[in-house]
Amino acid sequence: MTTDTHEITLTVNGTTRELRVEPRTLLIHALRDELGYTGPKVGCETTLCGACTVHVDGKPVKSCTMLAVQADGADVTTVEGLGEADELHPLQTAFQEEHGLQCGYCTPGMLLTALSLLEDEPDPTRAEIREALEGNLCRCTGYQNIVDAVETAAARMNAAEGAD
Amino acid sequence: MASEPNAESVFGSSVERREDVGLLTGDAEFTDDKLQDAAHVAILRSQFAHATIEEIDVSAAEERDGVLAVYTGADVEESGVPNDIPTAWMLPGLVTPQYRIMATDKVRHTGDALAAVVAEDRYAAYDALDDVDVTYDRLEAVTRPDEAVESDVTVHEEAPDNVAFDFELGDADAVDEAFEAADHVASVDLEQPRIIPNAVEPRAAAASYDPSSDELTVWMTSQNPHLHRVLMSTATLGHPEHKLRIVAPEVGGGFGSKIYHYPDEAITAWCAKQLGGSVKWQATRTQSYATDCHGRDHVTEAELALDSDGTIRGLRVETHAGLGAHLSQFATATPSYLYATILSSEYAIPAIHCRVIGAFTNTTPVDAYRGAGRAEGIYVTERIVDVAARELDLDPVEVRRTNLIPPEEFPYETAVALVYDSGEYEEAMDRALELIDYEGVRERQEKLREGGRYLGVGVANFVESAGLSPSKAAGELGAQAGGWEAGVVRFHPSGTVSVAVGTADQGQGHRTTLAQVAAAELGVPVDDVEVVEGDTDEVPQGMGTYGSRSGPVGGGAVAQSGRKVVEKARSIAAHKLEASEDDVEFDDGTFHVVGAPDRSISIQELAYAAYLGHDIPDEMEPGLEATSYYDPENFTFPFGTHAAVVEVDPDTGEVEFHRYVAVDDCGEQINPMIVEGQVHGGIAQGIGAALSEAANYDDNGTLVSGSMNEYALPRSDSLPEYETDSTVTPSPHNPIGVKGVGESATIGATPAVVNAVVDALEPFGVDHLDMPLTDETVWTAIDGGER
Repeated sequence: MTTDTHEITLTVNGTTRELRVEPRTLLIHALRDELGYTGPKVGCETTLCGACTVHVDGKPVKSCTMLAVQADGADVTTVEGLGEADELHPLQTAFQEEHGLQCGYCTPGMLLTALSLLEDEPDPTRAEIREALEGNLCRCTGYQNIVDAVETAAARMNAAEGAD
Repeated sequence: MASEPNAESVFGSSVERREDVGLLTGDAEFTDDKLQDAAHVAILRSQFAHATIEEIDVSAAEERDGVLAVYTGADVEESGVPNDIPTAWMLPGLVTPQYRIMATDKVRHTGDALAAVVAEDRYAAYDALDDVDVTYDRLEAVTRPDEAVESDVTVHEEAPDNVAFDFELGDADAVDEAFEAADHVASVDLEQPRIIPNAVEPRAAAASYDPSSDELTVWMTSQNPHLHRVLMSTATLGHPEHKLRIVAPEVGGGFGSKIYHYPDEAITAWCAKQLGGSVKWQATRTQSYATDCHGRDHVTEAELALDSDGTIRGLRVETHAGLGAHLSQFATATPSYLYATILSSEYAIPAIHCRVIGAFTNTTPVDAYRGAGRAEGIYVTERIVDVAARELDLDPVEVRRTNLIPPEEFPYETAVALVYDSGEYEEAMDRALELIDYEGVRERQEKLREGGRYLGVGVANFVESAGLSPSKAAGELGAQAGGWEAGVVRFHPSGTVSVAVGTADQGQGHRTTLAQVAAAELGVPVDDVEVVEGDTDEVPQGMGTYGSRSGPVGGGAVAQSGRKVVEKARSIAAHKLEASEDDVEFDDGTFHVVGAPDRSISIQELAYAAYLGHDIPDEMEPGLEATSYYDPENFTFPFGTHAAVVEVDPDTGEVEFHRYVAVDDCGEQINPMIVEGQVHGGIAQGIGAALSEAANYDDNGTLVSGSMNEYALPRSDSLPEYETDSTVTPSPHNPIGVKGVGESATIGATPAVVNAVVDALEPFGVDHLDMPLTDETVWTAIDGGER
């Protein structure tokens, strides 16, 4: 039993929050249980399913295997920071249009991994999309519509970029 | 106010899912998102697969900071609750040992619960679990069903030979005669390994108890909240059913695994009652692997009798089915009535006999997993047809064609107790063969072989008994539950509609599709229909979601209620329009008098009138709503053909997909986008079973494939692009012509892929390989395992 706790600061989706955590507290539990961001999910606690994926300082991280203290001072983006119900991110819109989700449990992590791909490679091939998502498990869709959704979103985001 | 009716029919169109926005933004709530301030339950599992329990010492755990309570099976026994999880399907001679929610005398698999800690947070609960000291006296374990029936190890004293049931179906004498008369007999011994369902959301429960009112609410990962309510009320906790509310909020996949009543939700709810407050529990993935019911686990000997032209005369099957350490609810039905009855596949097989020995083993309980029973049965038939075709030097597709049940033979009674409702089997098969260019692939295969490349093409047909299904027939065969579904359709006075239905979604999109069904029946805009599911306080009764039943049976219930509502509205319309009911027609939400189209009134206006009650027919009660308990007259029978082209690398054993084609016929499609999504997901799971997935135990009964590291799930980069198409053969007896689609593709995909890989290995003399067809299995099989 650990009695020491640490005061850390996390900026989650643009809002800065201070909280006390044990040294062993996982980032996913700090986000979900302490701060109430229940968008990211726990699926395996072993970095293998990707349901807990969030961005830490702009990079995708499986938050079930990062300590909250390691994220002290970081900018964290969860699915709640991606888009609102009345103003969805192009990835979210494309996932709905292409039927890229069924139960939706893997979706928050899938979206953030896909976002990271499109930030690095705005025009990925299908093979590149499949490779980028291989760390995020989906048991419902068989992945094909997810690949379609990421392709659709990429095309739209590139068109919007070109129009600017 | 209600919006304007749709111009075109909403039934059959790819309406976007209303479920999606909440799921995409993180707003949607799953079970573990509920009761954020509740105490946490952690459950201790047995360290060994088989042992007697000498002592459980919880004193050190109780003394830890943050621990509210520690309980064992003895505490549960002392509380006087019924404490016996039952099976829901009785078979003749079935042995039914008590299944306690926490073990007291003996542990029988590594998932058995021994103690529960309730603590202020997750971390404190798991810390304390480590301090529970259990003294075991270890026993030998048995893990395979075929070995269990010969073993000295006894899992349950009530079944000394570990046989839970010995089931047979079909006419053994007729099969003997068919085999004597046939030109050729092909045989195959095959195994269908255990599958771990792997819903990405682990099972969870959150329970809240109010001692002053005795009301207990349990949010949980359930495919059938009403089943969970009746079982917790009558079988495990004894809590009064009318004061027990089960809610399935968003549920993150199930595939069968969330049908069953597990000890965990009973323990969680029992802890809430003991402490008079709120507690929650979620399985870790390790616990999911050890406790979520596994699927399959069959060891089978099959023989097929044919004439030399490929005409099938008879099929004989004997299977040892592993049931695991305890009988889960459909553990007995799945390898018996859901398996033996489907062995005829799409073929006119005059004589079939099947014997199934269900065996207890020191393993995780086995129950229905997507395709349940039907997947195992179709695999046997579709595999042995390929084996026989090769032995007879016939094209396996032509053997299939020779034996297909022709369209004019429907309804078709099989030799194994089913009456297929409708089918256009050859049309779907030909569509698949055309899409995959079967002749062209065969030519390419021959050419590539000359250059040392090994292409294989596999075709599998399937038919599925879906819907689960007529209550009286099921009752005669031993079911302890009905096969109906309940649906309520209720107009509000303003003209919008609420639908409540007893099915329960885990990603299928019922709130969208069942709204489409109601909207089509009532002629109202789909956005004016709200669907409520998954809450025993909101839905009168329900059987739930499994066996591809939500479309045909849940949809049937909604449609029937919609029609009752329309008929009541018609009476009010006739009254207001001063016409005979026979002269009032209903079209797209409006009633009008035949021959006088300007004398019309909308169903929304009639809803308002029905609730005013001022101007409705004498003797009629006000209000406009209806409840139906739709009990189907038969199963529905989806079918189709799947075809795969693979290439095997003889140096590595790697299997690479070139093409994957699926032609599914699920009858009428409520929402083609969702149908295709179900097919995609089913294919992925079917391919997983064929190529990579298997739960393996060592001789001690330890689950070796106990995490996602050892259990190989299909991932985005390991699956092919699917090419899907469909034919539409409506079910003649279903109110909306729907047959169901949840399981079809899982059933078709596995034999198609295995047939393709074995076909690729034909030059190496391989006639059968057991799943999963990993690189190692394939590589070893090449050269007859000589290297």
